[in-house]
Amino acid sequence: MTEPAARLDEDPGLHRVSRLRGALWRAWDSDILYSFRHSPVTIVAAVVALVLVGTALAAPLISPTNPFALETLDLMAAFTPPAWTPDGVSEFLLGTDDQGRDMLSAILYGMRISLFVGAASVVFAMVLGVGLGLLAGYAGGWVDALIMRVADVQLSFPAILIALLVDGVARGILPREVHHDTAIWVIIFAIGVSGWVQYARTVRGSTMVEKNREYVMAAHIMGVHPVLIAVRHVLPNVLGPVLVIATIHLAIAVITEATLSFLGVGLPPTEPSLGTLIRIGNDFLFSGEWWITVFPGIALVLLVLSVNLLGDWLRDALNPKLR
Amino acid sequence: MTEPLLSVRDLRVEFPTRRGVLTAVDGVSFDIHPGEILGVVGESGAGKSQTGAAIIGLLEPPGRVAGGEIRLDGRRIDGLTADQWRKVRGREIGAVFQDPLTSLNPLYTVGRQLAETIRTHIPMSERAARARALELLQEVGIPGAKDRLDAYPHQFSGGMRQRVVIALALCAGPRLILADEPTTALDVSIQAQITALLKRLCREHDTAVMLITHDMGVIAETADRVAVLYSGRVAEVGPVDDVVNRPRHPYTEGLMACIPTLHARPARLAQIEGSMPSLRAIPTGCAFHPRCPRAHDRCVAERPPLFENPPSAAACWLWAPNADRTAAVSAPS
Amino acid sequence: MTAPTVPPAPNTDDPAPLVRLRGLSKHFDLSPPLLSRLLEGKRRRVLKAVDGLDLDIARGRTTALVGESGCGKSTVARMLVTLYTPTAGDLEFEGTEIGRLSDRRALAPFRRRMQMIFQDPFASLNPRWRVGRIIAEPIRAHGLMDDTTAIRRRVGMLLEHVGLRAADAERFPHEFSGGQRQRLSIARALASKPHFLVCDEPTSALDVSVQAQILNLLRDLQRELGLTYLVITHDLAVVRFIADTIGVMYLGRLCEVAPADRLFAAPRHPYTRLLIETVPDLRAPDRDRKPMAGEVPSPLDPPPGCAFHTRCPLANDRCRTERPALRPHGEGQANDGGAVACHAVEERRLPAWAPGSMLVSGSNADRTG
Repeated sequence: MTEPAARLDEDPGLHRVSRLRGALWRAWDSDILYSFRHSPVTIVAAVVALVLVGTALAAPLISPTNPFALETLDLMAAFTPPAWTPDGVSEFLLGTDDQGRDMLSAILYGMRISLFVGAASVVFAMVLGVGLGLLAGYAGGWVDALIMRVADVQLSFPAILIALLVDGVARGILPREVHHDTAIWVIIFAIGVSGWVQYARTVRGSTMVEKNREYVMAAHIMGVHPVLIAVRHVLPNVLGPVLVIATIHLAIAVITEATLSFLGVGLPPTEPSLGTLIRIGNDFLFSGEWWITVFPGIALVLLVLSVNLLGDWLRDALNPKLR
Repeated sequence: MTEPLLSVRDLRVEFPTRRGVLTAVDGVSFDIHPGEILGVVGESGAGKSQTGAAIIGLLEPPGRVAGGEIRLDGRRIDGLTADQWRKVRGREIGAVFQDPLTSLNPLYTVGRQLAETIRTHIPMSERAARARALELLQEVGIPGAKDRLDAYPHQFSGGMRQRVVIALALCAGPRLILADEPTTALDVSIQAQITALLKRLCREHDTAVMLITHDMGVIAETADRVAVLYSGRVAEVGPVDDVVNRPRHPYTEGLMACIPTLHARPARLAQIEGSMPSLRAIPTGCAFHPRCPRAHDRCVAERPPLFENPPSAAACWLWAPNADRTAAVSAPS
Repeated sequence: MTAPTVPPAPNTDDPAPLVRLRGLSKHFDLSPPLLSRLLEGKRRRVLKAVDGLDLDIARGRTTALVGESGCGKSTVARMLVTLYTPTAGDLEFEGTEIGRLSDRRALAPFRRRMQMIFQDPFASLNPRWRVGRIIAEPIRAHGLMDDTTAIRRRVGMLLEHVGLRAADAERFPHEFSGGQRQRLSIARALASKPHFLVCDEPTSALDVSVQAQILNLLRDLQRELGLTYLVITHDLAVVRFIADTIGVMYLGRLCEVAPADRLFAAPRHPYTRLLIETVPDLRAPDRDRKPMAGEVPSPLDPPPGCAFHTRCPLANDRCRTERPALRPHGEGQANDGGAVACHAVEERRLPAWAPGSMLVSGSNADRTG
């Protein structure tokens, strides 16, 4: 920063830096971030979500033990209560489970798996839903009728039931030994398929508005290919609400996965997600080993709540009527 | 000289935003006398609708009256509470807006809405209110009014709906009707019907009308006096014939010249360069100076007050007492 | 600055019209679904938005279509720019029938030569695209240039041509005012060097001072580039300024076509006359102006015979039953290219034209006086 100010104009590199700084300042000053800065609840939720997601992603680096390494498990250390209780050991901050697994490590890894499954199923549902919604809204006619009737039929079943159904079918058609490896993909597919309808409906609605806008007509008059019009003109203008749905859907997907795993149709105990941990711990709840189920439960609640609050804020911030 | 029915002095309407306070209306003053139609014209962003909203207490939050006073019959009505407003709005000031559907409840019949509105302001039996509703529908020229009393708003055409809204505004016999772009959403042949109706009502009931519109043609044929707004300020106010044919403010002059007419086909239309400044960047001094062909140093530095030069008044330094007007306004032929 | 943007000027002396419409119709089927027609006995409902339109659009001139909402003028515009396929009739553009073409590739050469300017400057530009990309879209869509620098230079020239700065290409539409956006829309329309511009209510969303700028710009561009315009509007004053030939539409049909000067000097169709009499005029205000009575009937259920008979002071029994055809008015030397669809004109029942003569007393509720 010892450069004389006049150099700013001469040096294109410095100029670019100042432009970038301008862009960053504009982003910081934008309406969305303004509403963020003025909502304490959202800030807290964002911090919590960031910490949870960060630690989950960094689990292999920061977790005390590797819960998947079976050779490190010590059955003698099973059912150790949390460190601050009289029988606690400082080695196991949140205690251990029936296998002697460190609960903190299990939670960090479990959250990692839960988040991966959640995010992957959201992406899957989003791609499927946005694609079908765009197609239905843009093409109209029988294509629209077909897609939306399928969506209606699907909506009349609870999402969890559809996920159960998909999972059951997968179990039926896949051989046992394969099933173990594919379980995580099956569950992503199941949750994704059960969630696409909301994306499709929203995108279809905005597409039908957008496609009658004059800039779309202008492109049509130029003879731009309909697929290109849909992708280049319509798609970018219907994605705003999708972002909101995706955020809230992430929380729902994590919960759905946890529910499926809790019911025993989700992820196997060798790849324990938060839901699997809660299910395992549930067996010991009444024998006094409460920590095995309560801590994963708290982690799940914090994760889902913070993501949900972020989704709510995003919805309000992107809604021009509330600004 | 009679007392004005509505008197607005130095009205200031502000919208606080996080990037600073926007002044939508800045020191607007005018009077409306009983039985008079005052036209308020201006381009979008001139503050004409905000002025109207302030007068009937319907400024949308966070908008607020930040200064000046509004008097109805000598009584101050700015700063009334929501409860007090309910007694003034409808009872003393009726309102007609651009889109008739926003003023009508789609779930109630026209007759019921009229009767209920009458009864909220004037105590009378349901029967009497219904009879009065019928009278009103007949008065605003709805054919077959008797059969249409029990029709829903969607069963009326756009022009007929606007007549119903006018009937609704007349329910309590108000002395002032605020009409904000009442004809803008209507077809040309229907527009004329509505303005003719407003004129007739005004004459027959001695009702004053504040007619807000962007259409100078409608003003020229309907209003008695006209106030031209620019950037939230009155540029010129005076009898309609003087303002249209002998404009004094350079903005009014430019505005009149650039309106195409049916009676001539010029090679080019006169045009005012540029566009109305945004509320975020109102120029110093006279807000019109960057577009004004006659601007001089004083216009940049100092905001001109409204100089009275009967019959009209213009907020322009050219019309200051003792100003040199040799290069000044020449009425367009 | 303008040299490269000038397309080969269409020969304005060419007597053949640029666009020739014969019996052009567009019907929209608004029937309830088949099931409710069968079960509830509902009838088919067909909206005849445009019903048998004959019109020639002369090269290098401005033709205008005026009328009130629901008269079908916008539908005509959309058929011309191939947004809608005509239900019936011929649509000839530069001598080729294009109304029945549906293949994108077959239409491409015609689409390059016609462009449209829309009413709403806030909806006609993609809000997420930069101006440079918006204006280059026709160039890219028609494959007119490949080189990015050449395209950028061309966009810069187009922007300057419509009174903006070349540097504006970097900005987004929301950074511009309504009038500037309409200039952007015009720049985009000019990008593919079209011969024919369809302007659908080009100034009705704009303020008067900005309207004058845009109308002047359109006129300058026409003079420079030899463009042919079809202007669709409800505003008679705009038509008076911009049009050479005017078609007046009512409920999907043409009432009258005439050279602009003649139409305003001596309108023939009663509807044209009433329209001219009804419009408030700043220069010649008539404070006792009488409005036209009645309302536009629903286009779903138009009156039989002449559609205007319900509001026409000259209507007789023939008008109520027999639809008048659009006939050239006057013969030989007397024909000024105008045509009118009115029994009263044909039967010479039409009174001499004097403003105010058509508003027969007793016909409406809000007469003053």
